[in-house]
Amino acid sequence: MARVIIRDLNKKFDAVHAVKDVNLEIHDKEFVVLVGPSGCGKTTTLRMVAGLETITSGDILIGDRVVNELPPMDRDIAMVFQNYALYPHMSVYDNMAFGLKMRGFDRSEIASRVKAAAEILGIEEQLKRKPRQLSGGQRQRVALGRAIVRHPQVFLFDEPLSNLDAKLRIQMRVEIKKIHDRLGTTAIYVTHDQVEAMTLGDRVVVMKDGLVQQVGEPLELYNEPANRFVAGFIGSPAMNFATVEMADADGAIWARHEGIRIKLPAELAGRLRQHVGGKVTLGIRPEDLRLASGSDTADFSFDAVVEVIEKLGSQILLDVRVGPNTMVAAVEPTVKAKVHDRLRLALNPDRLYFFDRVSQAAI
Amino acid sequence: MIEGARWRRWIFFNLPLALFVIGLLFPFYWMMVTTVRPDAELYRPWMAPNYTPFWTLNPTLDHIRYLLNKTLFNRWMLNTFFISVLATVISLFCGLLAGYALSRLKFPFAGSLGTGIFITYLVPQTLLFIPLADIIRNFRLGDTPWALVLTYPTFLIPFCTWLLMGYFKAIPRELEECARIDGATRWQAMVYIVFPVAVPGILSAGIFAFTLSWNEFIYALVFLSSPEQKTVSVGITSELVRGDVFYWGSLMAGALLGSVPVALIYSFFVEYYVAGITGSVKG
Repeated sequence: MARVIIRDLNKKFDAVHAVKDVNLEIHDKEFVVLVGPSGCGKTTTLRMVAGLETITSGDILIGDRVVNELPPMDRDIAMVFQNYALYPHMSVYDNMAFGLKMRGFDRSEIASRVKAAAEILGIEEQLKRKPRQLSGGQRQRVALGRAIVRHPQVFLFDEPLSNLDAKLRIQMRVEIKKIHDRLGTTAIYVTHDQVEAMTLGDRVVVMKDGLVQQVGEPLELYNEPANRFVAGFIGSPAMNFATVEMADADGAIWARHEGIRIKLPAELAGRLRQHVGGKVTLGIRPEDLRLASGSDTADFSFDAVVEVIEKLGSQILLDVRVGPNTMVAAVEPTVKAKVHDRLRLALNPDRLYFFDRVSQAAI
Repeated sequence: MIEGARWRRWIFFNLPLALFVIGLLFPFYWMMVTTVRPDAELYRPWMAPNYTPFWTLNPTLDHIRYLLNKTLFNRWMLNTFFISVLATVISLFCGLLAGYALSRLKFPFAGSLGTGIFITYLVPQTLLFIPLADIIRNFRLGDTPWALVLTYPTFLIPFCTWLLMGYFKAIPRELEECARIDGATRWQAMVYIVFPVAVPGILSAGIFAFTLSWNEFIYALVFLSSPEQKTVSVGITSELVRGDVFYWGSLMAGALLGSVPVALIYSFFVEYYVAGITGSVKG
């Protein structure tokens, strides 16, 4: 068990600056998820922590030790790879025992550790088999088992669930969570799937273009995104964006655009007063939109034309056109709407987001 | 299947396949028949009424007896075996390390080095033996098995390196990375993980190298002169063709017995060999 500190970490591959000034402190026993689109530097960061990539500049500390120059074997970490990376010529037992053998553990200790890990993962029956005889889910369990038996200071996960089908992925997600709760080993988990990030992480690090965009607990990212990228990346379906003009009229601040005219609540108005006369990006989460009823005022609602209806069961997603913009509204499953219907959508005025058009930062 | 499919299958698949197999096996059949054919039949003119080129009614072991007792055939087999095994081991060892380094390690000019090695493989032996003869003479290795043990790797190492390079590239890098995180050094990861996974590739490189050395002719012809040093391929052609007299029966017996070891090796390792050539690694 140990904390991991990443300080001013940079990685350059020839012309590409893959990781830029990443700073991160991962506490002991914490489960931190690095999430971002492909090419954002999350995997490179993880591989630098593992020692599989050299560091261009900066420091990585595991425990209280700077590990910059240490080979992977001396960092006391375990890693689970996307393609499992099981040794094809070894049985499941030998796969799990390999790391312990390399470290000179005696036979009985190896046997008891492998048995314990196999029990946790429910693969006792498969110990004698070869990896090719296993299903995808079982292989992933073996890969997890190989990491667990070592009792490392830190677990590193590199998109471990990407090769599994959707149902199995959810099941394994829960299992990884349980294993972490049980063992309490510090974990760094890389994924491009924001749902995985939100469900697994104690804290989530959102990255883009080699830069950390925001670090926070899952709900913090959802409720208070630091910039437009995080706002759009976290949450499913993604946040709706529209460029609006800020105007001061009738003693209030208004966000206006073709088809939209929203009166800002006092608290928001204070923050946006300086943007009056200019344009900003408005963000509304689909789940904060609902069908307007008679009691909704015109200040917090707007007209929309239904273009596509996606019935998910627990909710209905309406793809609607609002002036020149398309938006998604997640509404109650009881809503009866047809394509081309014209309806009025109401929004929650306390849950509006505004972003600077240039810096993309939240206002 | 429809009615016409059966004859179509015969015309386009079974018949060509049969012709192909017959074409390939016919020389072996010819070797066998000639080996056991008595001299009287061998030298019978083709228009003679009792001429039977494709079979014999009076099989004899005389030619084999002559080959084994009156020539140095056993010695040649031993020589060939010794040289082939040694040349194969040397080439495989160098090819393994070179192939691994070229496919896995990052160092300057790795790419051009790989191409360079391949190009050396393209230089024909019929040109290379001239400078090599000079080297062999300078090192006083002429007419010893070492002349071949040390010159065969000149074409076997590039071959093994190239074949194994391709094979190593097909092995996922993560396997090795995982082993290194698991506590293995780079060397241990190579020996415990990469090489065992590459066994089909290594075996097929070995089989190929062995076959190439076993069948090699020109270096053996040039670098060896005394009969007791010769290899099978050179021995039977030089000692059983005297002037314009061909000892056809014994020649064919030598060719037949000479191809047995290679045939045996192939039949034992055929599965690995196919896997090695098609380069399949199952995770």
